[in-house]
Amino acid sequence: MKESVYIGIDVGSVSTNIVLVNENQEILKKMYLRTMGNPINVLQVGLCQLRDEYNDKINVLGVGSTGSGRQLANFIVGADIVKNEITAHAVASSTYVPDVRTILEIGGQDSKIIILRNQTVCDFAMNTVCAAGTGSFIDRQAARLNIPIEDFGDYALKSDNPVRIAGRCAVFAESDMIHKQQLGYSKEDIINGLCEALVRNYLNNIGKGKEILPPIVFQGGVAANKGIKKAFEKALGHEVYVPEHYNVMGALGAALLAQKAVQKAKRTNFLGLNIVDINFQVKGFECPNCPNACEVVGIYKDDNLAARWGDKCGRWADISIESPS
Amino acid sequence: MKITFPHMGTTYIPVKMMLDELNIEAILPPNSNKRTLEIGTKISPEAICVPFKIITGNIIEGIELGANTVFMLTGCGPCRFGIFSCLQEEILKDIGYPVEFITADRFSNYEGLKEFIDRLKEVSESNSTIKIINTIRKGYKMLHEVDELAELTNKIRPREVRKGEVDKKWFNFENEIRKTYGYKAMMNIINKYRYEFNNIEIDQDKDCLKIGLVGEIYTILESYINLYIERKLGNMGIEVVRMASASEFVKEQLDFIPFLKSDKKKIYRAAARYLDIPIGGHAIHTIGNIIRGTNEGFDGFIHLLPFTCMPEIVAGSILPTIEKEQNIPILSLVLDEMTGETGYMTRIEAFIDVVQKRREIKNEGKRLYWN
Repeated sequence: MKESVYIGIDVGSVSTNIVLVNENQEILKKMYLRTMGNPINVLQVGLCQLRDEYNDKINVLGVGSTGSGRQLANFIVGADIVKNEITAHAVASSTYVPDVRTILEIGGQDSKIIILRNQTVCDFAMNTVCAAGTGSFIDRQAARLNIPIEDFGDYALKSDNPVRIAGRCAVFAESDMIHKQQLGYSKEDIINGLCEALVRNYLNNIGKGKEILPPIVFQGGVAANKGIKKAFEKALGHEVYVPEHYNVMGALGAALLAQKAVQKAKRTNFLGLNIVDINFQVKGFECPNCPNACEVVGIYKDDNLAARWGDKCGRWADISIESPS
Repeated sequence: MKITFPHMGTTYIPVKMMLDELNIEAILPPNSNKRTLEIGTKISPEAICVPFKIITGNIIEGIELGANTVFMLTGCGPCRFGIFSCLQEEILKDIGYPVEFITADRFSNYEGLKEFIDRLKEVSESNSTIKIINTIRKGYKMLHEVDELAELTNKIRPREVRKGEVDKKWFNFENEIRKTYGYKAMMNIINKYRYEFNNIEIDQDKDCLKIGLVGEIYTILESYINLYIERKLGNMGIEVVRMASASEFVKEQLDFIPFLKSDKKKIYRAAARYLDIPIGGHAIHTIGNIIRGTNEGFDGFIHLLPFTCMPEIVAGSILPTIEKEQNIPILSLVLDEMTGETGYMTRIEAFIDVVQKRREIKNEGKRLYWN
């Protein structure tokens, strides 16, 4: 018998994650793929793997999409729910840690804090213009120190004398770090200092004015870093819990939301796994009709225009109008 | 003399009408757009707020269309807006646009108002004082009419049966009124569209969330810079209320006239618990209007401010306390010269999820109570 499943898709700036969840909300499969600036391609590659592995074993009941590319994913797969990643993350966390009151989420280019009370989100914040509190900051420093990012946390744990490094700005942190290196501090101590700098920056910017109460869940790609986890625990004075599927929580939330949406709608919009055979193309143009010059994007399925968006006035939403060449 | 003036939302409609009535040639720059921002940014101080950059762009676009004079408000007091005109005059001189600036200080007393009238008289040469006073009255009336029309669309948009109807009609309205000359003809267009908006088929029983827009007035009114937030929220099925408008702003200035009563006192009183002196800009309005709106049953507020806006930064630092004490969700959006909307949409959508959930819990609580 085929197993009934829901698919959750999180198209982010750094990674595209896909999860397969059964009706009991257990994860059957999770995929963590690099987006590398080509979300359509990555999505198709991911779904292709899914088809090869599961095609005759599963019956897809519904699909949810989230992440900054959620609309794009929706047009390609036909999602039952398109949800912002803040809500998706909160849903996933509170399903697996029911009494969670604070979620710390650090991804590649953005970081968020979500405050929950009585299992509902009551407040949140997201980084605005600065990347000093995100994964890319750590990524860069790891590259500079010439150690693989996977080992970063282990190095930090070996330190017993962390160095204070300015965390306000990623560029200043870098020069501060170099100065400390020249003074002869050990790699371990510097790495630990960087972890603490990131945590300090996160709490001072995104966490400012928020009441951070336990249980605290830490998720997103950076949660793999044990050094950051320890730095959070030190700064907050509480245990920080990293869930098993910390790096795909957004996709997981989307799948759970899809389950709810389909139960309500009693049908799915999913276009089937064979969409991987369709040739998708994106063509953009600058609208010539007013000085706003909106960048309009059209998505083509096997050379047929399927949807268009990006215009402020909505004139191009009607796909029977031909795009200007 | 060909006069141009910067944009702030739909204020161009009454301003152009007033110039028309006084027989002065008005050069209307295109609505603020990507190019406006680009040319404005190029010649503005780097760290100044985005309204300055757009206004500078508006002026240049007006000059390109043949204007040789710029009309704008000024005056010390509100915020650095008071120095916009002198700074812009210098900048334009530097890059080879020696245009004349006609500025009017705020007219918050009889002297100021008289100065404003004298200014208009100087500009329009042949007009009598009576004609000018009449024109100001017409301008005041039209300012209110246009704001009311925008308020009407914010009520209808979330409830319209055929999606996009309001937006299409508004687009046509602006197109038509731009090409129309003088008070009578422009008023006819406003009346025509009011009728059309009122006749859009709506879902009467729809229970919409009600969100107030508070913060710095320019970012509330100028849709280009707030990413058309009224439209976006409206099309998500949310009733939006502007808590600051040009007509209310002018009314507050004219508050000294005995029969004109603005909400100023009520706003100040509401804000007093958190902020009891005006600190410039609309900071006290932000606080006061949130308190008033909360008491009127609003579901939440979106606080808009330009990056580096001092008064709103101060107001913003008070908001977490208000959120907690008044138990009301508030989202702050800092606006600058960005064009990528995804990040903003994520925050707005998540905020709406929070507000929606609260409403559901509240309704359930009520039902339980009545059972």
